[in-house]
Amino acid sequence: MDFFHSLILVLDSTVRLSIPLLLAALAGLYSERSGVFDIGLEGKMLAGAFAAGAAAAVTGSAWAGLGAAMLISIFLALVHGFASITHRGNQIVSGVAINFIAAGSTIILGQAWFRQGGRTPSLPGEARFSSIDLPFAEAVRDVPILGEVYSELISGHSLLTYAAFLLVPFTWWVLFRTRFGLRLRAVGENPAAVDTAGISVSWLRYRAVICTGVLTGMAGTYLSLAQNAGFVKDMTAGRGFIALAALIFAKWRPVPVMFACLLFGFLDAFAIRIQGTPLPLIGQVPVQFMQALPYILTVVLLAGFIGKAVPPRAGGVPYVKER
Amino acid sequence: MAETAIELKGISKSFGAVHANRNIDLKIEAGTIHGIIGENGAGKSTLMSILYGFYQADRGRIDVAGKTVTIDTPSDAIALGIGMVHQHFMLVQNFTVLENVILGAEGEALLKTSIAKARSELERLERDYGLEVDPDAVIEDLPVGLQQRVEILKALYRGADILILDEPTGVLTPAEADHLFRILEQLKDEGKTIILITHKLREIMAITDNVSVMRQGAMVATRETAETSVEELAELMVGRRVLLQVEKGEATPGDVLLAVEGLTVKDSRGVTMVDNMSFEVRAGEIVGIAGVAGNGQSQLLDAITGVRKAVSGTVTLDGEPVDLTGAADPADLRERGMAHVPEDRHHVGLVLPFEENENAMLGYHRQAKYLNGPFLNIEAIRADAREKIEKYDIRPPDSRLRTANFSGGNQQKIVLAREMEQDPKVLIVGQPTRGVDVGAIEFIHKRLIDMRDQGKAVLLVSVELDEIRSLSDRILVMFAGRLVGERGPDASESELGLLMAGVEEKEAAE
Ligand SMILES: Nc1ncnc2c1ncn2[C@@H]1O[C@H](COP(=O)(O)OP(=O)(O)OP(=O)(O)O)[C@@H](O)[C@H]1O
Ligand SMILES: [Mg+2]
Repeated sequence: MDFFHSLILVLDSTVRLSIPLLLAALAGLYSERSGVFDIGLEGKMLAGAFAAGAAAAVTGSAWAGLGAAMLISIFLALVHGFASITHRGNQIVSGVAINFIAAGSTIILGQAWFRQGGRTPSLPGEARFSSIDLPFAEAVRDVPILGEVYSELISGHSLLTYAAFLLVPFTWWVLFRTRFGLRLRAVGENPAAVDTAGISVSWLRYRAVICTGVLTGMAGTYLSLAQNAGFVKDMTAGRGFIALAALIFAKWRPVPVMFACLLFGFLDAFAIRIQGTPLPLIGQVPVQFMQALPYILTVVLLAGFIGKAVPPRAGGVPYVKER
Repeated sequence: MAETAIELKGISKSFGAVHANRNIDLKIEAGTIHGIIGENGAGKSTLMSILYGFYQADRGRIDVAGKTVTIDTPSDAIALGIGMVHQHFMLVQNFTVLENVILGAEGEALLKTSIAKARSELERLERDYGLEVDPDAVIEDLPVGLQQRVEILKALYRGADILILDEPTGVLTPAEADHLFRILEQLKDEGKTIILITHKLREIMAITDNVSVMRQGAMVATRETAETSVEELAELMVGRRVLLQVEKGEATPGDVLLAVEGLTVKDSRGVTMVDNMSFEVRAGEIVGIAGVAGNGQSQLLDAITGVRKAVSGTVTLDGEPVDLTGAADPADLRERGMAHVPEDRHHVGLVLPFEENENAMLGYHRQAKYLNGPFLNIEAIRADAREKIEKYDIRPPDSRLRTANFSGGNQQKIVLAREMEQDPKVLIVGQPTRGVDVGAIEFIHKRLIDMRDQGKAVLLVSVELDEIRSLSDRILVMFAGRLVGERGPDASESELGLLMAGVEEKEAAE
């Protein structure tokens, strides 16, 4: 049963590690499906994590932290929207700028406000989204296999984790079953068709980037209030980019996005698990290799195995009707 | 007098330095079909897009049903009962027909009910107008004729009373165009008003009640169709007399310069598109290939020019074989004297974001006259482009302008000038006048005859039967990938029409 137990542990940390990826990738999905490429997921997530850490430290409320994170990350999303939708600027440049602003300002503000070297103060349990036990988790713990799966793997995560998983079918439903979703997909493919159908292209794209802001805010909050007890500088550590890779990998579809994020989360969990323990035949695997694996995997799989990832046709191109 | 459906007063619109519409007045009577004609770039699409709210006029007023209205967005126009089928379709390629139809007119926030409603409404429209199309088909799988139906359905679904069609027949086969016109007649009988833009004067004469002519951004005349003629309209459009039928002398065919033997070509799905075709083109003659679009003409052109792999057969260019493995070097073919005016100027013939002078020599850029050691000789290239602009009357005469900013007819002239000025032995031309106005057609036809008289072998592929008949010295008819007959230039239209429809040789001759 030892192997089974370690498997459960690895899977459990897989879930924990994939949540920020999942939230960020779903965030990117809204924006990119509407034709606005967003390389600034990383920056928005980081700013959100900082805002959540700071607000929770000051107010002592996790919900205030979440609210602050969403506000700041919606604000940054609107900046990106203003640059790329209203002013038809280059979306990559605008996204990179947001990443830089977030990386720099979180450290400066953190140091100015809390004087802990860019961290926010360590938070007590009530100011965090701590893990919640599902009903009967204790009672069924001793049931073989299923009991352990339920109590260890399914129960005992934070509210944000359950919310993230619920957002997967929700996003699918929004995208494919609602008027907003139909228009969102249309505007990412052919904005002129949306325009001539009597719908405002700009307003639609703004609503999409607001959705992105809400979700990156949640992703940031998860990092500083659920996974950790406060903000640490650069705590996103490239997760915004891995989320982008997952989004491409999943061809901009919600359910595959979830599996892609779980896969990348699993690689991460596995890497942590085998750290320092040599593998049979291979020997010691450098940790850098494991960290690079998601990117390598994306490139290799996209190159040959899962076919071409066709991005939304109007993605990255500002909508201009008068040349 | 009938009621006025739409009145435009003093509409002006500029795109940067381009004056697309100048002070335009136009009155459209309710319940009529009103044609609008004009040269490429005359401003027809711009004017209609203003009426539809897609562009905003700089100045001017619009009255709908006698009341002055403001149309700032397409939704304003839709609310006023105006629908438009754009020259370049406004469809979401990976959506189904149904999704495209309801986009923007969904009604409720959830799709389920609106889709169900649209499905039954579509069925009704299909029945009433014979606009059959599978509501669950994905747009990118549909041929252009059907895509256009979807555009019409979109407008009707929104309850349009005034329907604008911008060059609807440019992409249609003659049979599809006839079908479209029957639908338009039916809509007119129901009291709807239709505005039809086309370059084909015959269509104007056949179906419209009134016709307005635009030239260089201005409205130059409006006529009752019954009281005008094709000649008068052509002259109004171009501002001078136009020869609708080119004059040409007898051909004096010489040596065989292009020989095709048993050529068979399959498309990407493995369907045989060209089936064992053999023919020759001699120096000093124009051989026309007639056929309804989609009968293998495109694949034939691709194979001869070495772009697409042939399954079997040979192509000989002035005695030397052409590589038919699909890997032929276009530069090599050009050097050997094969010039090619492709069917699709936007995707194959030109790089639209490039300056005119760059496109005017692209493909021949390895020639010494364009080079300065390892670098391009920019001065020589521009001088060369200016010469071509002058000789081919390309407008505006600006070799530094982005190619995308030229109108369709002028873009076509850029390609023709590039290929013809290289003094090729064999000239292969696909759809040389698609979407091109009568003035430019006259010019292009004259140039093709000139090429013939200079002793070039010209292979002309066109779906326009008039064009084939007036230019060709010999006419080959293609149907379902096979050559089904050869006729002289005096073959009657009905005889060719039967061959093109696949009626057997013997029956057609009777
Ligand atoms: N969106 C745009 N931006 C800049 N210039 C434009 C735009 N649309 C049209 N033009 C220019 O305005 C002029 C009128 O163009 P328009 O498309 O209205 O002509 P048209 O009469 O429809 O021609 P065609 O028969 O080729 O369709 C042209 O010179 C064109 O290059
Ligand atoms: Mg036009």
